[in-house]
Amino acid sequence: MPEQNSVSPPVARPQDAPEQEPILEVRNITKRFPGVLALNQVSVQFNPGEVHAVVGENGAGKSTLMKVMAGAYLPDSGDILLQGKKVSFAHPREAQLMGVSIIYQELNLLPERTVAQNIFLGREPSRLGVIDNHALEQKTRAVLQELDYSGEISPQAMLGTLPVADQQIVEIAKSIAFDSKVLIMDEPTAALSGNEVEILTRLIERLKARGMAIIFISHRLIEVFEIADQITVLKDGNLVGTTPADAVTPEDVIRMMVGRDLDHYFPPLATAEEIGEVVLKVEQASNDLVRDINLELQAGEIVGVAGLQGSGRTFLAQSLFGVQPFKTGSLAVNGKVALVKSPNHAIELGMGYVTEDRKAEGILPNQSVRDNILLAIRALHSLLTRTQRNGVAKNPNLVPTLADEVDVRAASYDQELQYLSGGNQQKVILAKWLATTTKVMIFDEPTRGIDVEAKASIHDMIRDLARQGAAVLMISSELPEIIGMSDRIIVMWDNTIVGELPANASEAEIMLLATGHQNGNSKNAEQTGAK
Amino acid sequence: MTTTTFTNVQNRLRASRIPPVYAILAVVFVVGILLDMVFGRGQMTSPTILANILVRSVALGIVAIGQTFVMIGASIDLSVAYTISVTAVMSSFLMQGDPARVPMTILAVFLIGAVIGLANGLVITKLRVNAFIATLGTGLILKGLLNASFSNFTGSVPASFQTFGYGQLGPIPISIIILVVVAIIGGLILARTKYGAHLYGVGGNTEVARLSGLRTDRVIITAHVICSMTAVLTGLFVVSRLRSGAPWVGPDGLYDLESIAAVVVGGTALSGGRGGVAGTIAGVIIFGVLDTLFNQLGVDTFLKQVLRGAIIILAVASYTIRSRREAA
Repeated sequence: MPEQNSVSPPVARPQDAPEQEPILEVRNITKRFPGVLALNQVSVQFNPGEVHAVVGENGAGKSTLMKVMAGAYLPDSGDILLQGKKVSFAHPREAQLMGVSIIYQELNLLPERTVAQNIFLGREPSRLGVIDNHALEQKTRAVLQELDYSGEISPQAMLGTLPVADQQIVEIAKSIAFDSKVLIMDEPTAALSGNEVEILTRLIERLKARGMAIIFISHRLIEVFEIADQITVLKDGNLVGTTPADAVTPEDVIRMMVGRDLDHYFPPLATAEEIGEVVLKVEQASNDLVRDINLELQAGEIVGVAGLQGSGRTFLAQSLFGVQPFKTGSLAVNGKVALVKSPNHAIELGMGYVTEDRKAEGILPNQSVRDNILLAIRALHSLLTRTQRNGVAKNPNLVPTLADEVDVRAASYDQELQYLSGGNQQKVILAKWLATTTKVMIFDEPTRGIDVEAKASIHDMIRDLARQGAAVLMISSELPEIIGMSDRIIVMWDNTIVGELPANASEAEIMLLATGHQNGNSKNAEQTGAK
Repeated sequence: MTTTTFTNVQNRLRASRIPPVYAILAVVFVVGILLDMVFGRGQMTSPTILANILVRSVALGIVAIGQTFVMIGASIDLSVAYTISVTAVMSSFLMQGDPARVPMTILAVFLIGAVIGLANGLVITKLRVNAFIATLGTGLILKGLLNASFSNFTGSVPASFQTFGYGQLGPIPISIIILVVVAIIGGLILARTKYGAHLYGVGGNTEVARLSGLRTDRVIITAHVICSMTAVLTGLFVVSRLRSGAPWVGPDGLYDLESIAAVVVGGTALSGGRGGVAGTIAGVIIFGVLDTLFNQLGVDTFLKQVLRGAIIILAVASYTIRSRREAA
């Protein structure tokens, strides 16, 4: 039974115009996948000229609902009504032609084709099968102009050469070109930085003014409350409720999503006694990616790495972990001096790395939960070691132990990782590194794209890891996360470390350093370790 | 470093939309001429030799154009060699040296080719068999059928038909004209038609194409039919030069692996989504130049193969380095 909250359904207020007919409505939509009921009798109405956010934990059914509406999935039962009339989409194309467009988190574009070719893929203006290049260019310019972008994006530009934010604009342009009435966006701001988010927000406002219905999934409640007019909350495939954004608070929404209050959103910081010896010491290290890195990590502490997009934080992680080894300078783990030459070397030295892009770098999607968890620890053993089902010789029960520790929710350990939600995939990645008992753990955006409840449990696990004696380096673009989790904060800018701040620094202080304004101290703050 | 300047030249060429392989072709040609002047008979620049290079390239060139289509679609066709054999054998068998039977035979072999292409396409898209495996299987089936029915050269084509292989239109061999026509048609289809755009889409990212509403299965099946038809055309060319067809003419000429090699050297990625006919033609000509050069220099056949293989590896490696640089 779906848990109903006490917020009443939207009612037309006296000053509003008479309630509009919803442009898109889903009624009692049910969708099953092998082993999981993704949507259970979900009904929602979406109105024209409104921004409607859909929120929920990972696995709540948000993506599934979007895909049903966009024609990518066929519901098992239930109806979709477009402007009051029942419709059924056999293919995403049909949905597009009827005015319902979707933009996925992984952009659906072809990097080797031009902007124009991408926007009009499948609908190229043509005569007798031959493409009218002139018309193609004109139409592309017209569409980009509607977005106020004709000056900055050229129709002839090769899509792969554009920055991610511009690529997203091209995706949006694709929908405009389709004359969409409903635009669905899955986590549109996940890969964008501050300035780009603003641009997207303004774009959404413009589209809204045109009468489009905008539906988007997001985990960033701050943005949801800034942009959305209506919020729908899903939980475990059920509709919890739909409410106007100004009728609830973020806490209300979180409660609807998880069914309980999250009072300690961040685990407590480390005390002075909990911080131990220097585990990782880097001096004047440089390579083609980063320069003049001076860094010390102590056991038991979490050092947050803040910085704007492009400041080199991921480069730092990759350099430390040996993906792109340092060329000069020195690096020592637990006193053993060795410039890390490769990830395998890094793992042997006791390092672990949870990457930013789990789809591309973190998981083996076609392999089971079991095999993913055992991935790193198997790397430490020789090729001739007999593989065990659930662990290694010294620890045969590794998989169930770790899976419980990180609270992975999966049908079984044999389930392929690609079928797990993002949050659960991240937990499996964490389990993988816990298996190798790392001394230095690097996290790059550990909770990006993950729901509130999983976020909290991952934060707890990161703190537990530190308490057990690991030195943790945590890169994050979410300042509340940096401030909430870090015992110390280092800030990067222009591919080097420009400053260090103590725990509980303010967002303003961090931003000042992140935008390139150096504080009075030397640019490379890490000369001595302990504070 | 040589690699850096090399990729720089490639990049500048790419900016002007000439495939980078033409840089490789220019280098190979110049080096070839120099080597020939020093070690050989210095005939590399004579018109006869140059024409020879082109004519040698016709057979491989035509089928490589078809292979370009399937490879842009991220597919591959290993059955072309046996399609060529089937065409050659069936042509000479059906024509029996009688000029009156030529039109009907040509119709028949193109029909057979279309069926082969259709079969390949259906197995790959509907049965979801990996293209490499599917076309390998088709090729072997064709091989079996051929060897069961024919053991040697059988029948013959009429002398009039041999003008395809040997005739001239003024100073220009007809075969070269046919190659140029096929290349132009192929290039235009890829660059200018909706089908071409869709093929690049399906090859670049099938999911993106599907979600954009493209009928991905049809696009791939069509590419395979096109490829088989070019194989048929090559088969007709081969049989017109040999006068008669035997089951081994296709595999003997290494048309399967060499067409793939020419396509990748030409800049089309195995992973699909980019490339084109212009690059493939350059790739084919490079192999033609090398063949002729090695003949002129009296290089041992086996050494030829070693050098061939090395060039294929180096060319594709330089493309990979370039794309990795661009991605970084």
